[in-house]
Amino acid sequence: MTAATSSAAVTTGAEPGVPGAPPGAGVRLQPAQRSARGHPTAWWGMVILILTEATLFGGLLSSYFFIRAINHTWPLGGIRAPDLHRISIFTGVLLGSSIPIFWAEAAIKRGNLRRLRVGLAVSWLMGAAFFVNQVLEYRSLGFGPRTNAYGSLFYAITGLHGAHVVIGLLISLVVQLKAGLGRLSAERHLTAQVFGLYWHFVDGVWVFVFASLYLSTHLH
Amino acid sequence: MALTEDRPSASAEIDIEERLHEAWAEPAGIAGFLTSVDHKRIGMRYIYTAFVFFFIGGIEALIMRTQLAGPNNHVLGPEQYDQLFTMHGITMIFLFNTPVLAGFGNYLLPLQLGTRDMAFPRLNAFSYWIFLLSGVFMYSSFLVGHAPDGGWFSYVPLTSRHFSPGVNLDFWGLGVMFVGISTTVGAVNFIVSAFKMRCPGMTVNRMPIFVWSMLAMAFMVIFAVPSVTLASALLESDRLFGTAFYSAAHGGSALLYQHLFWFWGHPEVYILFVPAMGMVSTIIPVFARRPLAGYLWVATSLIAIAFISFGVWVHHMFATGLPAMAMAFFAGVGLLIAVPSGVQFMSWIATMWRGRVRWTTPMLFCMGFAFIFLLGGITGVMVSVLPFDWQVHDSYFVVAHFHYVLNGAVVFPIFGALYYWLPKMTGRMLSERLGRLSFWTMAIGFNVSFFPMHILGFLGMPRRVYTYSSGLGWDGLNLLASIGGFLFGLGTALTLLNVVVSRFKGEPAGPNPWEADTLEWATTSPPPHYNFDRIPVVTSRHPLWDEPELAYAESGEVEATRAYGLTGALERQTPISTGLDAAPEQTMEIPRDTYLPLLVALGTAVIFLGLLAKAIAVGAVGVALAALALVRWAWRTEEDLR
Repeated sequence: MTAATSSAAVTTGAEPGVPGAPPGAGVRLQPAQRSARGHPTAWWGMVILILTEATLFGGLLSSYFFIRAINHTWPLGGIRAPDLHRISIFTGVLLGSSIPIFWAEAAIKRGNLRRLRVGLAVSWLMGAAFFVNQVLEYRSLGFGPRTNAYGSLFYAITGLHGAHVVIGLLISLVVQLKAGLGRLSAERHLTAQVFGLYWHFVDGVWVFVFASLYLSTHLH
Repeated sequence: MALTEDRPSASAEIDIEERLHEAWAEPAGIAGFLTSVDHKRIGMRYIYTAFVFFFIGGIEALIMRTQLAGPNNHVLGPEQYDQLFTMHGITMIFLFNTPVLAGFGNYLLPLQLGTRDMAFPRLNAFSYWIFLLSGVFMYSSFLVGHAPDGGWFSYVPLTSRHFSPGVNLDFWGLGVMFVGISTTVGAVNFIVSAFKMRCPGMTVNRMPIFVWSMLAMAFMVIFAVPSVTLASALLESDRLFGTAFYSAAHGGSALLYQHLFWFWGHPEVYILFVPAMGMVSTIIPVFARRPLAGYLWVATSLIAIAFISFGVWVHHMFATGLPAMAMAFFAGVGLLIAVPSGVQFMSWIATMWRGRVRWTTPMLFCMGFAFIFLLGGITGVMVSVLPFDWQVHDSYFVVAHFHYVLNGAVVFPIFGALYYWLPKMTGRMLSERLGRLSFWTMAIGFNVSFFPMHILGFLGMPRRVYTYSSGLGWDGLNLLASIGGFLFGLGTALTLLNVVVSRFKGEPAGPNPWEADTLEWATTSPPPHYNFDRIPVVTSRHPLWDEPELAYAESGEVEATRAYGLTGALERQTPISTGLDAAPEQTMEIPRDTYLPLLVALGTAVIFLGLLAKAIAVGAVGVALAALALVRWAWRTEEDLR
């Protein structure tokens, strides 16, 4: 008798209720094909965590548009719309920092530790450059989080994203340390995999932040 | 390969049991208490801790009812009364209802799924410590004499620094963020466990209905909790750092707070209610002696409720002057959500109709639930009708309504679940006689207490007044409500007594005292640390009813099946399966007992203390402690993989 499964054959040795079958007899299981082996639980955990984090950003961006909608002028209080030039370049840098991660992930799956290290390091430098630029931009903005609701939202949204970048950079250091000590291999590289997922999220969510805070204020 | 080839002989089997015990042993005493990652210990801890908060919140309610028993009472002053109703609400929502359901989920999910632990055992322990510490954090406000006093939803501008300068509201704002961490990581754990930890053969359409309800609940948490975290974070930012999110004078909006709060607040009602419905849908079929009628409909309804619950938040804001079009939409959705609830009601009726009902205590609580939920549901439909809502808004009618829903329709199933599952957890039955007495005292007390509040609302009594003058026609009904409240309290105390007595004098439960159908009843009561010595294989939605001899998976030389059988399961392993059809996929190494979850939680607590005291150094210490423990945690992850 087969259970209603498709990718794995679950065959029960003991047909329930069939006379003469040994009680509680074992069941031989054919695992799914190795190539079809799914993601580890930690990967799924990160996916769910990203969903809830994305909702957090969604809530903040919704708040931004809510406050923007109830005010007649935007940005408030004569603040100029944020400059687009420099941030566009660094947006490219941040989004580009995902590419070495893809490259590194593909490498470690084949057991290439050196490429993993290089990929993580390059990505780290790009992420750090983005963060440094954000800090420098804060200095030149001319308004603070207490100036008005626009200032509060601008700092809250970019600050939350910046915090995610910093956390990502710190996690990357841990993964790089693990890679440097040779603790990761083709078989075991869960932290690298899960970090990659997180970093792609940090990059991806910036697209929405950039579009909302920077691009959309230039639309009339 | 022949089936009988690697079945161990009897003597080998004893040896294997010993080795299993060895592999799963935990350190004794306080070290074991602080380091355990066993979902059963964590689940019971959740339940016990939550019930401690339940009784504290109940005492707060009874003090308030004493104050309101007659006009112009002076048991409490207005400030104390404000603190009590705020803490009562916070306690019941954040520190009792949500965590007690998480406790049952933690205990039952792996057992019902036929596995040995949750997907993230250490995260599970972490989530408990956060819950405990956040509860202590919020209650420590009483020690400094400044408990939150802005109502459990703490509307701005009342709660802004200008109007509430004390530290009171900071305990609320920070506490809500703090406890939200616990709820969120718990939800991540439930979702991944439900999809990846099911035993072979347990396809999605064979998943126990309680697991469905926990799954729906967890998804609601994932999308709702960020919103309340945001509401309280922005509030705290305004209060602590002087930002302007909610300050109308600086372009902000107080209404934004209400949107953010209720975007969580309404799903939250269902976050509490959906697992309670899952419990009822589990208990009724067992005592009606037939499978749940319309399993597919009930499972779909749970998911439908989870979806629709995100479209009703504005009905808490009907009195804020929103555009008529928006309100009409939300009123419509508010009516719509009654449909999936009604589907489940029909399913319970049909299940009992076609079965032979045994009137045990858990079943009585389910019936009490059904009666109270019917009334709470009807008043719910009433308040989603705009003109009616404007009449009763912020009156005792609303107090009656949400106590019928949150106290009646959630607490009654929880008590039913306690009578139903505690024998599994402790190995001892609760007294049926005392249980019935407790049920009837609670049911009568509940209705005597809360039904008159509907009428008080119509008579114009506003909620949250600390006293009232005589001659308004409220005196008699208030006295009645107070008497009912004490009766209800007595009923819950009888169950407490029952639980205590059963630990010493209870009848041994045996593996399956109720002749139930799900897998938690396939193992001993209480179950061993490893739950099942071999991983079961199910071929039905009701394995213990349809499979007279439950089949077990055997071990094999292939990695993915190593954990299943006796010979393979010598270590702390359990299988991971594919999400939909539960096909064997990998072997998961279950982490050993560790202090890490506790350390991260303590670090988090120190961070919140630093914020509360506005002491950057303290906060930095907390960040360092949590970060170091997290690095160690991540460091070990590869070792836990095979």
